[in-house]
Amino acid sequence: MRALTFHGTQDVRVDTHPDPEIVNPRDAIIQITSTAICGSDLHLYDGVIPAVMKGDILGHEFMGRVIETGPQSTLRKGQRVVVPFTISCGSCFFCGQQQFSACDNSNPVEKRDMSEQLYGTPMSGLFGYSHLTGGYPGGQAEYVRVPYSDVGPIVIEDDSLDDDKVLFLSDILPTGWMAAENAEITNGDTVAVWGAGPVGLFAAQSALLMGAHKVIVIDHYPNRLKLAKGLGCDVINFRESNVREALMEMTGGIGPDAVIDAVGMESHGFSFDNMMDIAKQTVGIGADRASALKQAILAVRKGGRVSIPGVYGGMTDKFPLGALMEKGLSVKAGQTHTQKYMEQLLGMITDGKIDTTFLISHRLPLEQAAEGYRNFKSKQDEFTKVILKPGMGA
Amino acid sequence: MRKTSQSPSAGVPSTGVIAAGLGLLAVAGVAAVAATRPRKPPHGGEDSAPGRTARRSSFGDYTVVGKTVTISKPSRAELYAFWRDFTNLPAFMENLDSVELTGGKQSRWTIKAPGGTVTVDSEIAQEREGELIAWRSVEGSEIDTEGRVTFRDAPGGRGTQVALIVAYKAPFGTAGRLVAKLFQREPNIQARRDLRRFKSLMETGEIATSDNRLNIEEAA
Repeated sequence: MRALTFHGTQDVRVDTHPDPEIVNPRDAIIQITSTAICGSDLHLYDGVIPAVMKGDILGHEFMGRVIETGPQSTLRKGQRVVVPFTISCGSCFFCGQQQFSACDNSNPVEKRDMSEQLYGTPMSGLFGYSHLTGGYPGGQAEYVRVPYSDVGPIVIEDDSLDDDKVLFLSDILPTGWMAAENAEITNGDTVAVWGAGPVGLFAAQSALLMGAHKVIVIDHYPNRLKLAKGLGCDVINFRESNVREALMEMTGGIGPDAVIDAVGMESHGFSFDNMMDIAKQTVGIGADRASALKQAILAVRKGGRVSIPGVYGGMTDKFPLGALMEKGLSVKAGQTHTQKYMEQLLGMITDGKIDTTFLISHRLPLEQAAEGYRNFKSKQDEFTKVILKPGMGA
Repeated sequence: MRKTSQSPSAGVPSTGVIAAGLGLLAVAGVAAVAATRPRKPPHGGEDSAPGRTARRSSFGDYTVVGKTVTISKPSRAELYAFWRDFTNLPAFMENLDSVELTGGKQSRWTIKAPGGTVTVDSEIAQEREGELIAWRSVEGSEIDTEGRVTFRDAPGGRGTQVALIVAYKAPFGTAGRLVAKLFQREPNIQARRDLRRFKSLMETGEIATSDNRLNIEEAA
């Protein structure tokens, strides 16, 4: 099969790999019809997530048709499914708590030592997201092997629902939804969202659906800010306004009730500590650039909530710990418990309450995936979301 | 990965163990038991930390490794029963090639070692239905080792806490060299991984792998 393959920092290519096969009883093999490039794939692309190896197949947002099932899979051949990016067994303590992204079994035993050293406990398995999370071959490919296929994938019964409408159930839509849920929004709240990428936009949309009075989205790409405006949000371009001052003024001098960092470890900005962190990332020390999060912590009101869907992998310096404590903030973070939200969100898509297609800017054949990465990285204003179609002619 | 060369142990007299092993029956169980008990630190009082988490890893002549996992299902009785049938152990113990029941409480364990296999004749030293299984190598075995697995209810309906503790002594001579080679496979890591494989197999019915195909040729 053909698959998007990591060769090195900012070097990905579509190569030929052996087709996957059923390995464990609960597996299924999916023929992929649509697969997206995620903003978090750019962290892999840029080489700031450790343990991505040459030859790894990337991609964790994908859907397709079931073509083969193991004896314990509950899927049937021909079914159309969206696959969650989190690999979860469904039977451990954590899955029992619906903390699917903390699954205790999905990261293969021999791969866990590194994340256990880094984080104290091992991470669970994710598709196509480094060997820290299991080294599972990802879904920017013609085929993918899906473990625990009896509990993960959601079947799309209605063939009239386009891939474009449901594909994002795999990651970014539940991720945006959980980010808003973690912000514990109540009526009348003002929520500030850093990053008008796909997750930030979905988080903003979710916050409005959850009853936020006002959502303010912060970015510097005019086209992305326009998308946020289209959802009914206020926007701040951080290149033109002083963000903290603006937020204070826009909230009557109180500050936002909740803040969402949908930027993560490669945040932009020209603060001194950010420049230091860039230097450290460049020489491989692995300091996360966290300027968006630091700004959010300073901007949020006293006793406010901090939600972090943005991806971080290592350590960060100059963290405003004092602000966190003295302001009495609460913080919620984490990889998305995707399986927990898929059914509810599919219902909202079907009912027309959520539109997911507004942010798709490009659809490309899988063979042009490398170009998709390059442009998604370098022309972020224009390339808001890229979907790869393995079946599409080049 | 799977090596099939002949056992280097055939015909090797394991004098080292016999010499060192006179006291074995008296010693057996002591190291592993010590590792399960809370310990008394020099400043008096009692430390709640299990012995196996001590900063030192040897108890007398024994090196002790151990780990605990919580397994949500099946029941404690079923977990116990699966482990008690030692022929099931190779399903999740990576270094174990096979276990043959040799009658009574005895079994013969064939363990993968660099360049071949090592056999250990083992007997059950103690068992309490649903709670504890302890085994040890019999006198004359190539490796002086003992192990125990305990099962107890986890709090809050979380299932069963399963603790595996393995103690071994590296004796002199040919067998000693074998042990040294064998344990280059990091028994601490092996014990932890074996226990986690047991958990995965019991909870999910399979052991997770990111391999995309059944037969991946490995250079090593």
